[in-house]
Order: sequence, then structure tokens, then C-alpha cells
Amino acid sequence: MKSSRMPQSIKFDISDISGETLLELYRMMLKIRKVELKIEELYPQDEMKTPVHLCIGQEAVAVGVCAHLNADDYVFSNHRGHGHYIAKGGDIKAMVAELYNRETGCSRGRGGSMHLIDPSVGLLGSSSIVGGCVPIATGAALGSVLKRESRISVAFFGDAAVEEGVLYESINFAMLKKLPVIYVCENNFYSVCSHLSKRQAKDDIYRRFQGLSIPGYRVDGNNVIEVYRIAKKAIDNARRRGGPSFIECRTYRLKDHHGTGSGVEVGYRTQKEVDGWAARCPVKNFGRFLLEQNMMTAPEMEEFTAAIDQEVEEAFKFAQASPLPDGDGVLKHLYQ
Amino acid sequence: MDWSKTLIKEEIGFEDYAEKAGRKLSYVAAIREALELALAHDERVFVMGQGVDDPVGMFGVTLNLHKKYGRDRVFDTPLSENALTGVAIGAALAGMRPVYMHNRPDFLLLAMDQIVNHASKWSYMFGGRVRVPIVIWAAVGRGWGGAAQHTQTLQGLFTHVPGLRLVMPSRPYDAKGLLIASIADNNPVIIIEHRWLLRQTGYVPEGLYTIPFGRGIVRRQGKDVTIVAISYMVIEALSAAQELQAQGIDVEVIDPRTLKPLDEEIILNSVKKTGRLVVADTGWKTGGVGAEIVALVAEKGLEYLKAPVRRVASPDVPTPASYVLEAKFYPGKEDIISCCQEVLGII
Repeated sequence: MKSSRMPQSIKFDISDISGETLLELYRMMLKIRKVELKIEELYPQDEMKTPVHLCIGQEAVAVGVCAHLNADDYVFSNHRGHGHYIAKGGDIKAMVAELYNRETGCSRGRGGSMHLIDPSVGLLGSSSIVGGCVPIATGAALGSVLKRESRISVAFFGDAAVEEGVLYESINFAMLKKLPVIYVCENNFYSVCSHLSKRQAKDDIYRRFQGLSIPGYRVDGNNVIEVYRIAKKAIDNARRRGGPSFIECRTYRLKDHHGTGSGVEVGYRTQKEVDGWAARCPVKNFGRFLLEQNMMTAPEMEEFTAAIDQEVEEAFKFAQASPLPDGDGVLKHLYQ
Repeated sequence: MDWSKTLIKEEIGFEDYAEKAGRKLSYVAAIREALELALAHDERVFVMGQGVDDPVGMFGVTLNLHKKYGRDRVFDTPLSENALTGVAIGAALAGMRPVYMHNRPDFLLLAMDQIVNHASKWSYMFGGRVRVPIVIWAAVGRGWGGAAQHTQTLQGLFTHVPGLRLVMPSRPYDAKGLLIASIADNNPVIIIEHRWLLRQTGYVPEGLYTIPFGRGIVRRQGKDVTIVAISYMVIEALSAAQELQAQGIDVEVIDPRTLKPLDEEIILNSVKKTGRLVVADTGWKTGGVGAEIVALVAEKGLEYLKAPVRRVASPDVPTPASYVLEAKFYPGKEDIISCCQEVLGII
């Protein structure tokens, strides 16, 4: 299996990256992981009536990219969007409330897990139609250019999105207009239960659009430092009006397509494969590395973790205590 | 740039504007003027679409706008209808007001994912936290063997989708006022024009003015039969009305102008008066706009009806190429006349 060709150990080249940044990258990954684990823990209670697509195992992608973004830069997400939302600085209380179908949710209970938004930090929507937000992110970049702003736009999508024609259409237009948009493909090798090798003629997503001359990069999506470095290159280029870039981040979702299983019980992948990727966990490996390098002490790490645990706890309490939408509001928000 | 403070709110006239004193303009020039005024009025407005800056200028409605406003604001696009619709959505989310022009509505079918899955849902799905002020414009073709893929009248499909507005004008005055209203509106608006309407000339006021959505107009007052006519069928209905007048039948012609929202009141009031209803649409019969209007009257005005209703619509086949078959395919004045006679029990 091609996905198992990934190197077993993750090497972090942290030269030129400040200690503060390293800790922030870790803290943000841990925050996403903790939120996802809490969802996993409470999901069986059936109080979050929404199909959750957990991003456990993929945290480094959102974090490595969003670390370079300003609050007013645009981000567009997909059905597996919890990590993008949190990494861009979205309000966690409002996100969890959305999962609990509450009026206080980020989409006022109209969107659910697959449709997260936080305009205050530039996250202008998430689509569960695969590839659906890619042209929209491209258009936001056009808006930025037309308004003579310096904002850039990022589209997060999965490996199956490159099977959609709209990817080609969008990238062609972005190259034509030299738009400041970054296409971030999270290649987790699965579209629901279907492996990449059953869907694509070649395992070369990063080169798929080279006919359009868009710079294409491939990184280990479980290595936050690699993602961070390539994202910096692409984003700096976009800010200089050098045009769009495409980044393929090779990663793995440790959970099933949706829900809290692993997929092994469904039968489309093996425990051995899942274990192999679990050993490459982006969060644990980076945390261990920071401890080994004395970039972080064990008490510091505990402090980090405790603060995050508390934030997550508060977000869930807020959500659970929040009011549900008034049923009579079903017609609201259709038009403005 | 605050549209609400600039626009003339008041609607001018009631009947046939061509009869009014004032400036006459071609239908094409009226649309072009709306675009030009919007571009001049609001720097967030831009116009895109295949060929909008070419020497033809989209039937003339965008002709040379790029020379005045630059190709940043009036630009040609790759065909990529789906992605470019998404691009318009994204630009709108970033604060712009895009107008995306298409030669033919048939090509909108390539963009249904972005129109139906995305543009129409973005406000609702996110609890009203963002808005998508985009205008999608296309002109239906007819005749000269245009055939199955260059003549489709897809208003039935778009009427079905919550979150869209659907505009189908029939006079130059309305084409201009409704296009300006659509650009000023904060929601996705689809405007379906008809090539044969573009030949008209009519009274068109200068300057910015809007026509409100959901307000139809009585094109001709009458007491015997109500004809609700859509887009080009307004022309056919008025011509049928003239002929029926000679037979002593007094027809009222209602032009809804926007199908989404639909002016229910003007239709119900007219049926209340006449007791008889014929709906004339340019689209297919099954599941079409005619069905929707008839259902409205069945639900809210059944007691007014003195006779069964009739629908004038295209038969449920694709548009044929041969002019012999075209003549059979397109309903017109004669069909409207016979439907009116039927509901009056004359034939």
C-alpha cells in the first residue's frame, strides 16, 4: 500500500524557528486533538445530532498552514473542518454549540458539524460537497485583489476533491489571474472507504496541475514543521502577488470517515495500517520531540494540557447549557 | 455606495411605458445602461462572463463597458461555469457585487452545484452570518434551429430552489429596473432574459431606479379571463388579447416580472375578478412555473374559479431544430386564444 511508504519516524528540522512558535504549533495541535477526543467521548450520548468527521491524525495540516495567516485572511473548509476552524482561531464554544444543534452555534444550529463558519476570523464557510469551497476560496482571493487588499485565501480539501473537475477549473482561473490563493490538499488516502489507489490513476496529487504551471509541493502532513515551512513559502509568494500554490499534505485520519470508529471494524483497512499511522501521530511525536529538545519542560506541558482541558470543558458546558433554536425560526436567514 | 439612499424607490407608470412621454430606449441599451450605472455607482460591482469585453459584448448589453471601467471590472472568463460561479460567490463573500453574464441559460446547468448547493444555501446554512450578493444573467435563445441545448427555459428548475431570487422581465423598463434591484440586493439573483424580447424598444427613465421583487404588473386590464404570462409570453398574450377583444372577450394580462418571489396577490385579485385562469409560460409544462401558479390559485383562490384552468407551455420534449418542428413546439398567440376560449366554454 502506497500510503505505508511514509517514513516510520518523523524528523523535525526546527532551525530558524523560534521557541515561541514551536510551542504555539504544539499547543494548537493539542487543542484540536483535545476537542476531537472530547467529541469522540461524548458522541455516543447522541446529544450531538450531527454527522461528525473527526480530524484526529490530521491536525498538523491545519495548524502548519494557519500559523502564517492573519485574522483577516480567508479560509474555506470542508466536511472535516473542526481542525481548520480551531487553527484559524474560531470560537470553540460556538463550534461545540453548533455540534449540539444550539442557537448559540456558529451557524445558529442551521449548519451542523459540516458547515462551520466564523467570519470574525475570516473563515467564511465550509462545504460538504467535495471540492465545493475550492472555487469560492478562489473568488475570495479575487475579491481581495479587486479591493487592493493584502489578504490571501486558503482552501482546505481532501484527496478526493482533486477528482472533481472544479479543481482544474479553479486552478486555471487562479493562475490566469495570479490570485493569492493556496490550495491545501489533505491527502488522507481515503474517500469514505475507498483507497486512493482505487480512484486515481497515479499517486501524484501535488503534480496533478503542473500543466497549469502552478507550483506544487508534497509534504509529510504529519510533520507540522514541514507543513509550516512549505506553507510559509507558498503564503509569502502569494502575499507578494506571485500567484497561487498547491500543497499536498500526506496524512491519515485515525478515525473512520465519520463517527468514532476506526474503519477497521468496517473492513476497508487493517489494524496494522492504522497502528502504523498512529505511531506517526503528529501531536504525540512533536510533543515528545519538544520535550527531548528541552524546548518544553514536562511541567510546562502539563500546564498547557490542563489549560486546554479546561477550555474544552468550558466549551462543552456552554454548548450543553445553551438554548436550542426556536422551531418557529425554521424560515429565518434564507434571505438577507 | 449605499444603494438604499441613492435609488429612486417610486415606480413609474402602470401600463405600457411606451405610451408615456419620455425617453425611448432599446431593450439592449436599457440593460447596458443598468450595468453602466451600477459600475459607476458602486466600485464593488464587477461584470464577468465569456465575451463580455469582446466586439459583440453579449448581444450588446456589455458592449465597450470595459473601455470605460477597465478589464479589472469587466472581464472575460474561461468557460468553467461551475468554478466561475464559485468565484463570484467567493468575491461576494469578500464584499464585492459580481454580475456573471451568460449567453444561454443552458450553460447554467454546468454551474448547478455552485448555484444550488452553495450560493442559494450560504445565508441559511450559516445562520445568516454571511451573504452572497451575486447576479447571474442569461438570455434564452429561440429559433434558427437553436435546438435542444441553446434554447432551454429553465425557470422551473430555479423556482424550485429556496434561497434564490428569479427575475424574468418583459419590458425594457423592467429589465433595467430589475437588474439594478438585483445588483443592489444582498442575495443570489438569477435573471432569465429572452432573446426575442431584446428586439423591443420602450420608455426607460434615466438614472438609477429599482423595481421591487415580488411585485407583478397588470399589462392589460380585462374582466373575462386572467392570463398570467411569463417573459416573452407577455408579448404573445397581449397580441392574443387584442384578437380576443374583437370577439368580445375582455382579457386581463398579468406579468409577474419576478417568479421568486411571486406576486401572489396580483394573481389572486385578478382571478377573483375574472374567475378564469390561463397561465402562459415559455418553459416545459410538467413541474413548471405554470404548475406552480395554478397550484397557488387552487390553494388560495379555488372559490374564485368558474372553470378549469389551462396551461400554455412547451410540450415535454427537447427543442427540435427543424423549423417545421419548432413551429409545433413553441406555443404562442393561437394557443393562448384557444385556451381562453376553452375556459370561457366557447369551444
